[in-house]
Amino acid sequence: MAGLDKRVATYEQALEGLTDNMTVLAGGFGLCGIPENLIGEIKRRGVKGLTVVSNNCGVDGFGLGVLLEDHQIRKMVASYVGENAEFERQLLSGELEVELTPQGTLAEKMRAGGAGIPAFFTATGYGTPVAEGKEVREFNGRKYILEEAITGDFAIVKGWKADHYGNVVYRNTAQNFNPLAATAGKITVVEVEEIVEPGVLLPSEIHTPGIYVDRVIVGTFEKRIEKRTLKA
Amino acid sequence: MALTREQMAQRVARELKDGYYVNLGIGIPTLVANYVPSDIDVMLQSENGLLGMGEFPTEAQLDADMINAGKQTVTARTGASIFNSAESFAMIRGGHVDLTVLGAFEVDVEGNIASWMIPGKLVKGMGGAMDLVAGADNIIVTMTHASKDGESKLLSKCSLPLTGAGCIRKVLTDLAYLEIENGAFILRETAPGVSVEEIVAKTAGKLIVADDVKEMTF
Repeated sequence: MAGLDKRVATYEQALEGLTDNMTVLAGGFGLCGIPENLIGEIKRRGVKGLTVVSNNCGVDGFGLGVLLEDHQIRKMVASYVGENAEFERQLLSGELEVELTPQGTLAEKMRAGGAGIPAFFTATGYGTPVAEGKEVREFNGRKYILEEAITGDFAIVKGWKADHYGNVVYRNTAQNFNPLAATAGKITVVEVEEIVEPGVLLPSEIHTPGIYVDRVIVGTFEKRIEKRTLKA
Repeated sequence: MALTREQMAQRVARELKDGYYVNLGIGIPTLVANYVPSDIDVMLQSENGLLGMGEFPTEAQLDADMINAGKQTVTARTGASIFNSAESFAMIRGGHVDLTVLGAFEVDVEGNIASWMIPGKLVKGMGGAMDLVAGADNIIVTMTHASKDGESKLLSKCSLPLTGAGCIRKVLTDLAYLEIENGAFILRETAPGVSVEEIVAKTAGKLIVADDVKEMTF
């Protein structure tokens, strides 16, 4: 692997260096746009004690839910975790620590983390349990709480197409948290449906510029639908 | 008669104005999309990163990469745009959304809202609700006026953990449309056939009956 060519050939290479107790940022919203195969590789490696930052935690048996089966996640930072019975069981039994974070705050924490901004003030959560222990400051007569940025040892990202420079585009609403996670990983790994020749992706249409990306791998995806809803 | 879910959605839809950008929460708020008047154009925002949510797809249009914030498969309408979650919440937090409609467990006379957590039961998380109530100026809460046991959900002070503090000014229940001003609920409209007395009896927080209280028509 030389210079600006970010391609790796195997999933084992894609997550080389991932060890116990690391923080992993994962893209996806529900089961849409999740890095299915990178999650599978985390499971295969058997690393434990992970802090995982992701809007949701998959479902039983799919997505990040598979990492709960072998207790690989110590702490989950998420905005909504309602679709997962094993998650609920581990939460209630105290095996799993959970930091529920408002969705916009979670997105902004990743964005700030990737942009070198250590913290920001937001009105979201003021006066709620989310504000407990956080600094409050008033600007123009309104109260805001201080929220700290998030960075990860690894970011795992699902893209649609990439070139070998690591420029990535996402497809439809599978974009969601992926570009944000991509900016905030010390090592950012992107799995895509297709790697295209340099120049195929228009420079003005790149969602994630290659500077943020360390490794790119092409995979095949199940793309499970959580709530299949058709026009009546 | 108490309003049906569909009538609640119809009543909320009357608050829509031509050119509005609107975020609809899960449940009754979602139904509002079915009652957008045909002579106005509104753009629906879904906080997972879609502005211009369209209808549910046909079998041929079904796309795992195209969902709404309720994780249902959807389509994008003409004029739609798709973006990342930080951009989506910049729209919400930046006050760019004209109307937000969401459900709640409780509201109180100070405009506090509780909608995300019932201690002792499963805690699923707040999703985008805290951002929506903090970022929007124009919010309509849709909820039942009282629990099945008759306990009022319109309170002097919310008993459940809050979603937002002092941010709610409009509430549509199955019995009434109310506004929150100066530490009281103001009864503006009653559901057809529902008496003011019934609403008074089922409102635990301070209630002022507006002089010009109206009965809704459908």
